[in-house]
Amino acid sequence: MKHFTYERAGDRATAMTQVAKNPLAKFIAGGTNFMDMWKEGVETPEHLVDIRKLGREIKVTDDGGLRIDASTTNSQVAYHPQVRDRYPVLSEAILAGASPQLRNMATTGGNLMQRNRCSYFHDVSFACNKRDPNSGCPAIEGINRMHAIFGTSDRCIAAHPSDMCVALAALGAVVQTRKPNGETRNIDFADFHLLPGDTPEIETALEHGELIEAVEIPSLPWAKRSHYLKVRDRHSYAYALVSAAVALEIEGDKIVNARVAMGGVGTKPWRSMAAELALVGAVANEENFTAAAEAALQGAQPYRYNAFKIDLAKSTLVQALLTLNSEE
Amino acid sequence: MVNEMTSTQDRTSIQAKTGKDVDRVDGRLKVTGEACYAVEFPLEGIAHGYLIQSTIAKGRIKAIATSKAEQLPGVLAILTHENAPKLNSLEGGNFMSGHPGEKLLPLQSDRIYFDGQHIGIVVAETYEQARLAASLVEVRYEIEEPICDLEEALKKSEKYDAGEKLQPSRGDLESGLQQASVIVEETYTTPLEHHNPMETSATTAEWQDDELTVYDSTQWVMGTRSMLARGLGLPEDKVRVISHFVGGGFGCKGYFWTHPLLAAIAARKVNRPVRLMLTRQQMFSACGHRPRTIQKVTLGADDKGKLTAIRHLTDTETSFVGDHAEPCGKTTVFLYACPNLEVKHTIARVNTGTPTPMRGPGETSGTYALESAMDELAYKAGIDPVEFRIINHADRHPQSHKPWSSKHLIECYRHAADTFGWQNRNPRPGSMRDGSDLIGWGMASATYPAYRFPASAKAQILANGRVVVSSATHDLGTGTYTIMTQIAADTLGLPIERVKFELGDTKLPHALVSGGSSTASSVSPAVRSACEAASLKLIELAIADLESPLYNYAAEQITTEQGRIFVAESPDIGETYQEVLQRHNLPFVEAEVSPQDKRARYQSIAARTKPGVVEDEGADSEQFAFHSFGAHFVEVRINPRRNQVKVSRIVGAFDVGRILNQKTARSQIYGGTIFGLGMALMEETLLDPHSGRLIIHNLADYHVPVQADMPEIEVIFVEKPDYHFNPLGARGIGEISTTGVSAAIANAVYHATGKRVRDLPITPDKLL
Repeated sequence: MKHFTYERAGDRATAMTQVAKNPLAKFIAGGTNFMDMWKEGVETPEHLVDIRKLGREIKVTDDGGLRIDASTTNSQVAYHPQVRDRYPVLSEAILAGASPQLRNMATTGGNLMQRNRCSYFHDVSFACNKRDPNSGCPAIEGINRMHAIFGTSDRCIAAHPSDMCVALAALGAVVQTRKPNGETRNIDFADFHLLPGDTPEIETALEHGELIEAVEIPSLPWAKRSHYLKVRDRHSYAYALVSAAVALEIEGDKIVNARVAMGGVGTKPWRSMAAELALVGAVANEENFTAAAEAALQGAQPYRYNAFKIDLAKSTLVQALLTLNSEE
Repeated sequence: MVNEMTSTQDRTSIQAKTGKDVDRVDGRLKVTGEACYAVEFPLEGIAHGYLIQSTIAKGRIKAIATSKAEQLPGVLAILTHENAPKLNSLEGGNFMSGHPGEKLLPLQSDRIYFDGQHIGIVVAETYEQARLAASLVEVRYEIEEPICDLEEALKKSEKYDAGEKLQPSRGDLESGLQQASVIVEETYTTPLEHHNPMETSATTAEWQDDELTVYDSTQWVMGTRSMLARGLGLPEDKVRVISHFVGGGFGCKGYFWTHPLLAAIAARKVNRPVRLMLTRQQMFSACGHRPRTIQKVTLGADDKGKLTAIRHLTDTETSFVGDHAEPCGKTTVFLYACPNLEVKHTIARVNTGTPTPMRGPGETSGTYALESAMDELAYKAGIDPVEFRIINHADRHPQSHKPWSSKHLIECYRHAADTFGWQNRNPRPGSMRDGSDLIGWGMASATYPAYRFPASAKAQILANGRVVVSSATHDLGTGTYTIMTQIAADTLGLPIERVKFELGDTKLPHALVSGGSSTASSVSPAVRSACEAASLKLIELAIADLESPLYNYAAEQITTEQGRIFVAESPDIGETYQEVLQRHNLPFVEAEVSPQDKRARYQSIAARTKPGVVEDEGADSEQFAFHSFGAHFVEVRINPRRNQVKVSRIVGAFDVGRILNQKTARSQIYGGTIFGLGMALMEETLLDPHSGRLIIHNLADYHVPVQADMPEIEVIFVEKPDYHFNPLGARGIGEISTTGVSAAIANAVYHATGKRVRDLPITPDKLL
């Protein structure tokens, strides 16, 4: 674990200048994911700029959505009345992850940057294309029970670990960023995380020194009926084997709007347009939920130890939709 | 009839505190952080060690370059096989003197036998400097193909012959199977598991001239001293080992692992005290694990449900540098009455660190297989699983035919079943529901041998009226400090506050390993005897003293209570401890008791010991079989789409002799039950199939139960003192509650879902 220098930034502009000028500098907020990786020697920055104190508000936007600043803590978001009432899927997803202590430290922006839990990635004495491009991927032929079945490549099959991001994918959030040159941009959630492809070392659309300022969730009044269901090896403090983030708008017995995303299955948070298409216009019942789950898992590519994820993801998705359907 | 007398005496003098819900006497020290653990002793000029471990599973070190690391500020020394002092072999240790975890000595050659083998130690001014330096040591290896897969090893690798004791049989198995009207034959597998105590293993070593003091997190101070003396070529009296508090051990701090040797040679090298704490990751290769098992169990029963044949074949593993293995069939030999039995163990060598005892070694893995198979056979025979076990109850030890010293297993079944509500169970799998949740009820027997080892203790009655009692035993968080204090207080008729119990120091009277659930049963009698002997000394002073009101009374007429000695029939005639001692101008009286003919007895026991087969001391094992028994009843709830098993309720009843402290005993049962729940549902260490390296070595990936996994646990003690076993009637309690839990949960999962999971842990993927 290489030693690094550290500073706490007083404002955004200074923070960005400090990171932009050193290719080995990084932002740090809660540090809950970073510190583990630093101790493992996976992260080796020279300089860290702490942005934890910058931007910690949650506000309703002009068009009725919600703007969540990057440095809000996971606990703050999960327990915020607007989030609990209007986007239960987000609150439930956050509370399904980590532990209370970690959620009190971890931030929204940090969670978007959370790196995967592949054992080979986390042990620097193994080869890993993410850590060391073109060195190889022992997970493909190794212990890959926790790995992805969607979005993999012959370079990397690590599953994206975040719960919160699965909910944000379902809600169609937008990530607001600012580049070192001052330019701002809005990145659709679907475009924020990148598939590994030939460059698994590049994980997000961010440039070096580009800072996440906030995450904006569209108004989506019907997301009041939304739900997150996570299946894991123990009842708390474990990464998802599979998870489902779902939202349904039902008129009469017909589904008029649907959102479906899955965790634990993709190399990035995995929204399933196919499942949403299958649901919209259909009657809300178990048969159609099952058909949507079948559609969601079309094209999955299992590896030696994770084929179970296909059936487990289907049944989890059906259960999540049934739970939602039974709500008033 | 001796036992009858002991029992009467108990009722008159020992009931005040012993057995009660006394709070931990060390509780305040622990919650305020004042309790000093192995790396917390504030020594002058302390330097910090950090271990370097191999990153291959087999081969040799071609080159190890330390120059970059040596140049870092603060680095004091780096020891590797190229410059480490020669160490002496630890072989020849045994269960009485000290027992090496494995025979491999660190830094003595370039050979690598497993991933995570110690290959160096860095010493620096700070922990962070040492850790950074360790990461800069460059190692080049010549890699050889390791054997890590158990099935492959069983076919191809060298075998370890554990001897006849692990291959017992009786009757004629084949004819037993021919008599059977129902037969079950199934294979059950258990994964590699790690103890993961809260406190990682740790040592602080300090030299003063040629004398070594080591503060170590160990379950066996005397064993650690003997192994250090042997390894370093020192006389034992030049080594002192201190272990006042241990943050959990579960077996991984019982045998001697080599990091204290490394701390000692590092401290000598830099001529300063060295503190060495293993990281969580390093714990996965440095102090043992529960090895993988493949167990084939065949059971046959006749049309009345009587077992006619039991066969239990265990395939398991050990390392290339040690020989501990999991004796899964040990329990099968005696748990049920059956005339025809065959138990076998095949042990293959693999390139992992060496396995070591882990809470119920053999009993825990073995009862998973046996008690699952019993459930399967009960279903096949159409008999209730509890009734089936009662039909096959062993009234005597079925192999040795000895009577049990005390056995109340049927009461355990009945009491736990009633409390649980077992009579309301519909046996058909999948028949019980709560909304969409499937409900499953399962049960299994629990058992663990009662061990008792030689132990000594000393009691001092001080002139200020306080008492100090001591023995070189340990408190792993189990409550030793508390129960020994209670026993001393009761023996001397004092309030708890006036008694101090000291442990965990080789300067104190001899005791053996705190393993095999033996501490309470071995040390309590010594503590009581020492207190009795000390008070007798005081009485003898008084009755010979003209100035004492007790002058000329006979010692037998005098009793003690509330810090006074007095005539039993005329309590007014007497005086306090202080009065006697002050009048004689004595700071204290003391008495030390040791087992008779200690040396001869140790040697004779040591000669007979084999892994997991330690003979009892002080209890007549020629005449009786000593075992504890119990039963677990479990309720699980499973959403059939999520497939995650939630254990909602466990009721356990245990026959462990007399309970010395309800509160600490209950906590032991809770802890052991939760340990079993972890094994049943989530614990598993995986090796990379190609490199043979550990890919699970942290607490994020190695799942132990968390609060959200906790069921309601109800503990019932069938309190029947076992005076054949020891004068307090108490058998050990540390391990029994782990045995049987995984089978009871697996049986409940079957009842809920109709799926029989024969491969632990029962994770959601196995229920699809």
